[in-house]
Amino acid sequence: MREIYFDNAATTRVRPEVAELMMKVMTEDYGNPSARHVMGMKAENYIKTAREQIARTLRVDPGEIYFTSGGTESNNLALIGTALARSRRGKHIISTGIEHAAIYKPLDLLREQGFDITILPVDGQGHIDLSELSAAIRPDTILVSLMYVNNEIGSIEPIAETGRIIKERNPECYFHTDTIQAYGKLRIRPKTEHIDMLSVSAHKIHGPKGTGFIYIDKHVRLHPLILGGGQERDMRSGTENVPGIAGMGLAAEMYYKEHEKIEAGMLSVRDRLIDRLSAMEGVKLNTEKGEGFAPHVVSASFAGVRAEVLLHALEQKGIYVSSGSACSSNHPAISGTLRSIGVDQDLLDSTLRFSFGIYSTPEEADLCADALEELLPQLRRFVRR
Amino acid sequence: MFYHSFLIKYAEIGTKGKNRYIFEDALMHDIRHKLNKIDGEFAIQKEQGRIYVNAKTEYEYDDVIDALSRVFGITGICPMMQIEKCGYDELREKVLAFVKEEHPEQSFSFKVHARRADKHYPVNSDIINADVGYDILCAYPEARVDVHHPDFIVYIEVRQKINVYTRVLPGAGGMPMGTNGKAMLLLSGGIDSPVAGYMIAKRGVTIEAVYFHAPPYTSERAKEKVVELARLVARFSGPIKLHVINFTDIQLYIYEKCPHDELTIIMRRYMMRIAERLAEQDDCIGLITGESIGQVASQTMFSLRVTDEVCELPVYRPVIGFDKQEIVDLAEKIGTFETSILPYEDCCTIFVAKHPVTKPNLKSIQKSEKKLSERIDELFEAAIASDEIIWCDK
Repeated sequence: MREIYFDNAATTRVRPEVAELMMKVMTEDYGNPSARHVMGMKAENYIKTAREQIARTLRVDPGEIYFTSGGTESNNLALIGTALARSRRGKHIISTGIEHAAIYKPLDLLREQGFDITILPVDGQGHIDLSELSAAIRPDTILVSLMYVNNEIGSIEPIAETGRIIKERNPECYFHTDTIQAYGKLRIRPKTEHIDMLSVSAHKIHGPKGTGFIYIDKHVRLHPLILGGGQERDMRSGTENVPGIAGMGLAAEMYYKEHEKIEAGMLSVRDRLIDRLSAMEGVKLNTEKGEGFAPHVVSASFAGVRAEVLLHALEQKGIYVSSGSACSSNHPAISGTLRSIGVDQDLLDSTLRFSFGIYSTPEEADLCADALEELLPQLRRFVRR
Repeated sequence: MFYHSFLIKYAEIGTKGKNRYIFEDALMHDIRHKLNKIDGEFAIQKEQGRIYVNAKTEYEYDDVIDALSRVFGITGICPMMQIEKCGYDELREKVLAFVKEEHPEQSFSFKVHARRADKHYPVNSDIINADVGYDILCAYPEARVDVHHPDFIVYIEVRQKINVYTRVLPGAGGMPMGTNGKAMLLLSGGIDSPVAGYMIAKRGVTIEAVYFHAPPYTSERAKEKVVELARLVARFSGPIKLHVINFTDIQLYIYEKCPHDELTIIMRRYMMRIAERLAEQDDCIGLITGESIGQVASQTMFSLRVTDEVCELPVYRPVIGFDKQEIVDLAEKIGTFETSILPYEDCCTIFVAKHPVTKPNLKSIQKSEKKLSERIDELFEAAIASDEIIWCDK
């Protein structure tokens, strides 16, 4: 049976070149980057290379890239690190109702610690209202955190405008964006979009799990969360995950080297699937064609079918998708995004996410749609009475 | 303290006359099986109606106790000092030193229970009792003798060697594995069926199990959970042959053809039929379920009567008279509870009616089943053919 992996927003297959490089680092160049001898130097060079590779993809200074254990840690560092460093200036933070748990859980903690958190609503496409954002910014606002691309429906937020408004209203306020779903898929320019911090995870771009980075603009002052030997210029202690970092650097470089081609490829898969889904009865798309949405995610609700059953039925045909967002699937009761964009109560439990990677093809989208056309009538025949 | 030996006590099997050696051999076989899974090497010896476990290498004490306490047929586990026969004064010294190591506390009540199986030993039991008691009282001014309810008893057994122990840890009880035939357990992902399997296994019955899988309505994780439950039961019962049967088509066919409020009961009847067929194929001579009277609609007396009508093999329901909490307590004791409550849907709940029949009438159920006559035989055989066998052991 042919495997169709349409769950790339959850995680991706590591590129063979990346795995090969990591294997070499683990088995041959395995020194500790802090060691004084030549093996330490070799290891350090992998990190230096990765830092440069990544900095080039964002057009930023390599010194503004800090390696972490992944997107969740980067998000925690941005939020809690800002709060720790800047609470004397103010205790107001702004975010949205469609953020990932790695944002809203740290915000819950900060709220308990006495911070004032404003949550902006979103419209039916998952976008925030810029005038509401503008109105929410106060002199004591120390941070705005807004995701770049939503992980459940793929909507792209107006990041550059948000950055501009923040800096106009309160130049002292930091702007963080969770780019875990956006990095690789979109061209991101922190310097022109007024982004002070952004979070990235390697395993969403065909790199390894357990590795990520945070970009921190050189003017930003953060308090580190993990203290120890002073690696990553004291921002993130702990012996560097050298194979992971090396792998991430290569994965990032390869992604952006072929950016146009990859983006066009994903768009063709996305649009093919959207076309096919639009033609089916009882299917409501939560993702639209066009530029408001990222190229790699399609969210659709299937009336009269339980998402989990449809997911397993597709699984029997070798097609792997996700219900809601895989990261929040452990808590099926919560889908903040779908609820926030106003998906009907009946459809919340009937929503699947299809997400694509560099290996996805339009032909696979067709096979997936064929499978849905076959399965939906069958499953609708046997619904709970 | 490092114990070189453990004395294994067993009660019930001692009464089985000429068959006794069969039970003892089964017990030793199971002890060996359980100890093979932990670190260390052990010799298991049978000698004059006692079983000894002797450590040949280093081992973790807690692992040994845990392994032995999962062997059915054992009533007591006694970590002991075993010494070569020696002079009486030396024996007294060694016993006192052992007691000191075992009981560093100062204040306790005790008694000494010596048994001289080897009548050639120069000193008899009564004198040993008195002398060792005297030694202990001298060493522990706050200790006192209590012959009725002592905190502990110092056992001294004079045989070919001399065994000394003061602790008797509880065993699992029951009868040795494999001494009472084989039965087929209907294993769901719930709390009750693993407990039922455990209870029948405890009586020496070898367990096989069948799980009804209903993809895509139940997930691979639900199946994995059942495999894990079988493995947890296998910690006691030994390896379990688990049959995974694809039940989806039968379920959907019943759903389509029969009154909705009878779905569960008719489904149960087909599960029993399939379980019986698998049982017969593998020489199982009974079925086991985790049903308890009145717990759900399909477990009322009326429903059980209707379910049982389809099978000839006896159906054992060891938790039939238990309340839910009593079953939960047992599930926690045997370590299956945490796994049982993982939230994956099982096939019994997906299409369940809001108001299923609680007093099904056999005739009307039989009549409803006639509506299935067109395809049910074919689907039944397809379900049997879907049998995926997974050996579960831990």
